[in-house]
Order: sequence, then structure tokens, then C-alpha cells
Amino acid sequence: MAAQTEQVPNIMRQGRVTPWLYLLPALIVMATFIVYPGLNTFYLSFRNTDGTAWAGADCLAGQPCWGLLENYRYALISDIMLTAFVNNLKWILLMVSGTVMLGLLIATLADRVRYEPLAKAVIFLPMAISFVGAGVIWKFVYDYGTGQVQIGLLNSLVTALGGKPVSWLTEPQINTVMLIIVGVWMWTGFCMTILAAALKGVPTENLEAARVDGANEWQVFWRIMVPQIMPTITVVITTMVINVLKIFDIVYVMTGGNYGTEVIANRMYKEMYTSFKTGRAAAIAMVLIAVIVPAMILNIRRFREQEATR
Amino acid sequence: MNTVGPRQGTGRLNKWLSGLPVHIVLIGLCLLWVLPAVGLFVTSFRPFQDVNDTGWWTVLSPPKGAQEYAAACTECHGDDGKKIAAADLSSAELIQNYRRSITLLAALKKDVDGQPHMGATPVPNDVTVAAIATYLRRISGIDAPPRFTLDNYIDAMTGYRGTVNYTSDCAAGTQALDLFCDWRDLGNPRGMGRAFLNSLLVAIPSTFLPILFAAFAAYAFSWFHFPGRQFLFALLIGLQIVPLQMTLIPISRLYAQLGLNGTFLGIWLFHTGFGLPYAIYLMRNFIGSLPRELFESVYLDGASHWTAFYRLALPLSVPAIASLGIFQFLWIWNDLLVALVFLGGQNPVLTYQIGNMVTSLGSGWHLLTAAAFISMALPMLVFFGLQRFFVRGLLAGSVKG
Repeated sequence: MAAQTEQVPNIMRQGRVTPWLYLLPALIVMATFIVYPGLNTFYLSFRNTDGTAWAGADCLAGQPCWGLLENYRYALISDIMLTAFVNNLKWILLMVSGTVMLGLLIATLADRVRYEPLAKAVIFLPMAISFVGAGVIWKFVYDYGTGQVQIGLLNSLVTALGGKPVSWLTEPQINTVMLIIVGVWMWTGFCMTILAAALKGVPTENLEAARVDGANEWQVFWRIMVPQIMPTITVVITTMVINVLKIFDIVYVMTGGNYGTEVIANRMYKEMYTSFKTGRAAAIAMVLIAVIVPAMILNIRRFREQEATR
Repeated sequence: MNTVGPRQGTGRLNKWLSGLPVHIVLIGLCLLWVLPAVGLFVTSFRPFQDVNDTGWWTVLSPPKGAQEYAAACTECHGDDGKKIAAADLSSAELIQNYRRSITLLAALKKDVDGQPHMGATPVPNDVTVAAIATYLRRISGIDAPPRFTLDNYIDAMTGYRGTVNYTSDCAAGTQALDLFCDWRDLGNPRGMGRAFLNSLLVAIPSTFLPILFAAFAAYAFSWFHFPGRQFLFALLIGLQIVPLQMTLIPISRLYAQLGLNGTFLGIWLFHTGFGLPYAIYLMRNFIGSLPRELFESVYLDGASHWTAFYRLALPLSVPAIASLGIFQFLWIWNDLLVALVFLGGQNPVLTYQIGNMVTSLGSGWHLLTAAAFISMALPMLVFFGLQRFFVRGLLAGSVKG
């Protein structure tokens, strides 16, 4: 850094004030909208429901109480939050593996056909629309008719095969998986695009050499291609983990977090804006950042490393 | 997809066949991907009577009841129902009496000229009769919705919530009290027309402001020399890790005090603050990598920093601004959470309006599908028109909080 500073020629020097004039708008806005609220959320998580006293004030006699950490008791071990944790874990396991594997599969296959751009555009298209729009699309697919006619694609398929129609979004256990499918539909294109770029970067000589040595396509894929793009796969996985942890819109629109589909971000919204329990909502936000930050730091570090080697 | 001409020989055919599994899997996946969206698209153009009666995939097959009619009635009444002049089924006057399945069933059970109406064939069950009644209403013109219609879009845009549709209600003068039946209905707070405008009003300044501020800051970080420059830059970029959820509560409390809840200014400022770390990061990388000699020569020519910024740095960073702008615009356009918290129902945006419709309309699929498509039209246009910038911006933005 020091070397770089000394390179700045004299002509480019300026008054002490000028640089700060250029920085001022950004600094003010960021201080107000990121730094202050971040710290304030931390503080509020130790306060009671409406932020007028310390959190312990909300405790009832004879009930378990964590004193100052009362909101964290709720955010960490209440039944509804435990459901949310389990569901977020399901989301992470199924959605991350689903998007990465499908993305890798499609990237690999599309590389071998002439209609590659079209295929990729089709898979990437859901990225352009909102979660809300996707929620409507899939709610229609999952529609459950109580009468004879099933206008939902999935249930009409089930009945055509002789099965009984299922209320996909209210059936416990199944419904979270159904929501995750929407997420996979939306984000596979993202994984595919990044992985496809990485696959194109694998030198063809390596692949040809392996083929000459008698390796079949399967071996070429697993022994050569996958190890070569492993750093990219890691970045994609961490990015997806972050996205999945913050998942909100799909759940909000499709089930509202009911029928056992609650997730952390939706719970935070509900505590704040339907129950008006500021302290609890702030504590949930803190829990959320606590799980996101490690993945985020890992991700940014990897991203910078990749940028540096490019 | 890949037709092989005769001159190209069997070698290519064999090669293509050996790749067949690849094509099958890939095309299969692509179909799986578009199918749900096609369902939405088709449904949004179907009349509401059809939407709840039959699946969208039957849109090109004969209308409801045609099959039942053919089996039970065609023999005597003919395909078009006109074969028996005394009982012309295509006459609205006659069918008006049998438009309900109960009256139709009763008529079928009665004797005609001393003979059973249906002759030797047994009278069909009430489900079949209901289907036939639907078909009779259609061929007699009492209730003959077209196969495709734009009514759903009109109804969604104007926020129509009646039982027929906006156009016919307005023609009959039976519209709800809050509808004017002219262009003013596009401003109906329940409608998608108003929401579309609101979405634009939110997204455009919220895209412009952070990019402008970020360009200033990025220039300062790139071409100014001041103490603590690197440290401050790292600090600002580090703010990218703060998730959105973390900032909502204090800001909505602050806005409540300032009276900014539900105002456009409030949401502009929030999006600006939240979009800045990533925008500064991207702009700094771009402006900082512009050739140093270029700037040195304009300084030597006596240009001020302002001129260098305005005349040199800004025009040269158009590619970065384009990617960043598209990313930020679509992010805001598609956002629900921030709009829900800071605007809510006071100035509903598209995502808010649709979320509301999902809960309040339940199975009003004809409206929901049209509304969803209205909200997707612009992003899809951007996607197809500016695909390169779009993908680039989105990928670079993937580390954004």
C-alpha cells in the first residue's frame, strides 16, 4: 500500500477537504442505514418487547427466564424457532445440493450441444423474476381441488396415475420440500452459469490426454473436471448457503410460515410486524447474522482469491 | 432440432445418435423448467369460467361437456344442436329454461310425445348432465366465453374484484362504487396499474442514487490521496456482510418518529444505503483500473478533479454502471421484504400487491396469473434484451448481503 501511495504524482494532490466532499453522501447514507441500525439491533436484542426496559422485565414469575438474554431464550430454544432451525437446515441440505448438482449437470450437458445458449437461457430465466411471481407460478402447479377437477398440474398428474390428490402446501413434512423445489427452480440457473464458466476454463489438453489414455466420459468428468473446478464449486455452495439462510419471500407468499414451514427470516418478520415484539425480532436477527457471517467471510475471502488469480 | 441432411452422411447421424441421451436429459430438463411458467402464461389468457373448470393443458381440446354431449345428444340433435327444428339447442331462448343441470335432468327424464326423451339409452347421471348443461350454454350463446381473452389483464390492472369482469360490468353500469370506468381506474389502489407505477417510482431513484453516490466515492478511493484511504475502503466494503434483516427494525422505528414510514423517500434512502457497499466495491474496481496515464494527462492539461470525474471517469465506466444498474433495478423490482416493511399498503408495489392477492383471493387464478405476469414482463424484457449485462451484474452481485 505504501508503495502505491508514493506513486501519486504531485498534480493529483488536492486540498484536505475535497476527497471528503466526494465521500460524504455515501458515508452519511451508509452510517445511517447500515452502521447505526446494525448496532441498534444488537442493543435492542437485550431490551424488552417495545424497547423500554431491559429484556428481563418481560419475564413472568415462575416461568423460565434468562434475564438480560430473555429474547435469546426465545430466539434459540422456543418451539417455533426450533422448527425454523430444522426447516432452514432442510432448506440448506436440499436446496444447496439440488441447485449445485442440477447446475453442474446442466452446465456439463449444455457444453456438448449446439443449442447451448437457448438451454442456458431457459434455465436462467427464473432468476429474472421475483420470488413472489415464482410463488404464484408454483402455487398454481400445487393447486389442490376439493372437487372432481384438478387444475393443478401436479395433482392432475397424480390422479391420472391413479393416486389421490394431495394438498401439497398444508401436508406436514411434504410442504417444506415443495417450497424448496421452488427455490431450486429459481436458483439452479445461477449455479449453472458460474459452473459453466469454470468448466470452460478447464484446459482441453487435460481432457484430451485423459481420453487418449482410455478414460471414459464419466471418469473424465469426476477425475479431471470436478477437481479442477472445486474452488468455484465451494464459492457457489457458500453463496447458496447464505441465500438460503435468508430465504423469506417464498415462504411468506406460499404458506405464510404456517403448517410447519416456518423459517428464521419469516419468524423475524412476524415477531416484528405482526406481534410487534421488537426485542425478540432483534434477537432473531442477531441469530441470523451469527449463522450468516461465517459463510459470508469465507465467501468474500474465496471470491477475492479467485479475482486475484484471474 | 438437429436434422441431418442426406449429404452429410451416416457418420454425423451416428454421432448425433450417440449423443442422444444428452439431448433427452437436457431437453427434458428445459421442458420441466418452462412448463410451470407456460401454465401461468396460458392461464392468464383464459376466461375465468374455464380456468377453474379445466386444467390449462386442456386449453386446445374441446370445451367442457363436448364429449358428454356427443355421446348422449348428437345422434338426435346433431353436432350443432339444430337437427330438430322444434327443439333447437342453439337457441338461447330455449336453453334459458335448461341452463341449470336440475331442470335439464328433469327434462331428460320426462317423456317427449309419449316416448322416453332419451329413448332406449339410460338417462345420464347428474355430473354428466351438468357438463352437458355447460355445453348447451356455450352453443346457445348464453355463456360462451372465448378460448382466449384479455379480460384478466384488464381486471388485474384495474383492481376489479366483482363476479363477472370489468368490461362487462362497466358496459352494464353495474361496476363497484370505487370504479370510474375510464383511465382513472388504472390508479385504483387495489390494481396492478397503480402498483406498476409505484414499482417504477421506487426502483428508478433507488437505482440512480446509490450509483451516483458510489461513483463519487469510487472516484475518491481511486484518484484522491488522503490518509486512511485503504482502511476506510475496506471498512465500507466490509459492510456488505450486514444482512438486510439486521437493519429493518431500527430503521422502521426511526421512520416512525420521522413520519417516513410508507413514503417513497424512506424506501429510496433505505435502498440507497443498502445498495452502496456493493456498488462502491464494483465502481472502485472499475474506475481504479482505468489507465493512470489518462488521468495524469488531463490533470497536466489543467483539468480539475471535478472535470476528470465528470468528463472522464463517468463516461468511461458506462459498462460497469450498466451491469450495476440492471442488477440493482431488478433486485428492487423483485424485492418484497423492504417494500412490505417500509411501504406496505400505503403505496403498494407489484410484489406487495401480488402477495396480498394470494392471501385474499385464494383461488382467483385468472387474476393472480395475470397479475404475476404483469410483474414479470419488465424483468423478462430486460433479461432477453440485455442478457449479457444482466448475467454479469447478477454474478458479480452474488456476494451482496
